[in-house]
Amino acid sequence: MDLINLAIILVQAGILVNLMLMAAAYMVLAERKISAYIQLRLGPNRVGPWGLFQSFADVFKLYLKEDIVPAAADYKFHALAPVIAIGVAVTVYAVIPFSGPLVTIGGKSYGLAMAPNMNVALLVILAMTSVGVYGVALAGWSSNSKYSLMGGLRSSAQMISYELSMGLAVVGVVLIGGSLNLIELIQYQTAHGWNIFYQPLGFLIFLITALAETNRAPFDLPEAEPELVGGYHTEYSGMKFGLLYLAEYANILASSAIMATLFLGGWDIIPFVDEAALLGLDPTGLPMVLAGHVAFLSKAFVLVFVFIWIRWSLPRFRYDQLMNLGWKVLLPLSLANIAVTGIVMLLLN
Amino acid sequence: MANVTENTESQRLTFWERIYLPEIARGLGLTFRQMFRPTFTRQYPEERWIPEGSYRGRPVLVLEEEGERCVACGLCSRVCPALAIEVRAGETEQEKERYPELFEINMLRCIYCGFCEEVCPEEAIVMSKDYELVFSSQEEGILGKDKLLVPVAQLQERLEFLRQWR
Ligand code: SF4
Ligand code: SF4
Repeated sequence: MDLINLAIILVQAGILVNLMLMAAAYMVLAERKISAYIQLRLGPNRVGPWGLFQSFADVFKLYLKEDIVPAAADYKFHALAPVIAIGVAVTVYAVIPFSGPLVTIGGKSYGLAMAPNMNVALLVILAMTSVGVYGVALAGWSSNSKYSLMGGLRSSAQMISYELSMGLAVVGVVLIGGSLNLIELIQYQTAHGWNIFYQPLGFLIFLITALAETNRAPFDLPEAEPELVGGYHTEYSGMKFGLLYLAEYANILASSAIMATLFLGGWDIIPFVDEAALLGLDPTGLPMVLAGHVAFLSKAFVLVFVFIWIRWSLPRFRYDQLMNLGWKVLLPLSLANIAVTGIVMLLLN
Repeated sequence: MANVTENTESQRLTFWERIYLPEIARGLGLTFRQMFRPTFTRQYPEERWIPEGSYRGRPVLVLEEEGERCVACGLCSRVCPALAIEVRAGETEQEKERYPELFEINMLRCIYCGFCEEVCPEEAIVMSKDYELVFSSQEEGILGKDKLLVPVAQLQERLEFLRQWR
């Protein structure tokens, strides 16, 4: 690998990580603002105009906080858990195609995606989201506190139950698109219309499992505050807590971006319409790619809004209800979805 | 078996309610509408709430032109459930003959019950509208006569309330 290539990759990585951090900061603000408006409050509005710098003030405060490690905790694993959580969250961003190829340097084109053409990108995402639970489980276990341990355990159980349905919900998309490569899936949707119209059930199951996977309400049992204090991060403080928190929001954006890629046509702007031909533009030209990038981000952030909106509308599930829903409803439904999709595909071909 | 009740809740639900999703959509619609309704928040330091005459804020002594109304009978000090009031009587040339040499209310103890006001024979101690009580030390929380005396003009609303309702 030559030096230019390396430099470009570093720049790409820098942009992506910063995108993630900024997005997470403003998602926290958005969460607080939206929850406030739903409850007829105003939300943070003192730090900067409309509270725009609130998140930075919060991060600054977290940096200044004392980092307390419980005496009974296993120090090394206690410190390792947030690193795993944030590391895994960042890794997922490497395969998400945020934009098509934007610039061409030395015969190679680069966009805002680290490994967009990876042929098993979908598998990487599924694998990474399940590794993400290691951070949570480890945080719970190493704190040596009953609340944290319960939080970690719940998170693992939840992950095992919902990972299955999530994987199966994606199979429908893979059957239709015939690839595990995210770019090819997007190209297929650009040509044939978005997957949400062919796989509405798959989208619904994926949305529900993504909520469970990112520990969001109504499935936020690992951090159910009435029962478990803070859940797996009860014993965390300072920037370690900040990292766990950040990882959570990074996961939400990643899930939203994946949903936008798999079901909402990625960077396609209007379904069933060939915008490039309509406007007489080159579909790989800069204007179209940039518009696609904006479309992709807007879809992802609309889904983020849905995540937040759901959190402030629905009460938390009980543990047995969670398990019932996962094993008795979502799993059979996703299996039926695969069967029906397979049969229809067979008949059409 | 004792203590086992049948869950009739799930039997009462219709099919559409039992599959949750339509009801969830309704709930989401409700919260979405909430977002566009006016908020209730009061921006405190800029917008202050002005209480009615019935409000029981910091107890204060009524100051008239000739001086305080208080005759240092000590009833308020006696009735105060939180033992917040200390009165030391002194003699004066005025018609009332007695006056409080020292009158202190410990605002860290006061529970704003209004008993002192109720028991006072001279209507000399009344509850004010002042609810912004900030102290930087415990000593500062003990208010002496200099801070307690408030001109009668500022207390008209409370006095009228007392005449009407007591
Ligand atoms: S309001 Fe109640 S607690 Fe406060 S000084 Fe009067 S009697 Fe005592
Ligand atoms: S304030 Fe009223 S009750 Fe208290 S000592 Fe003075 S006259 Fe007596």
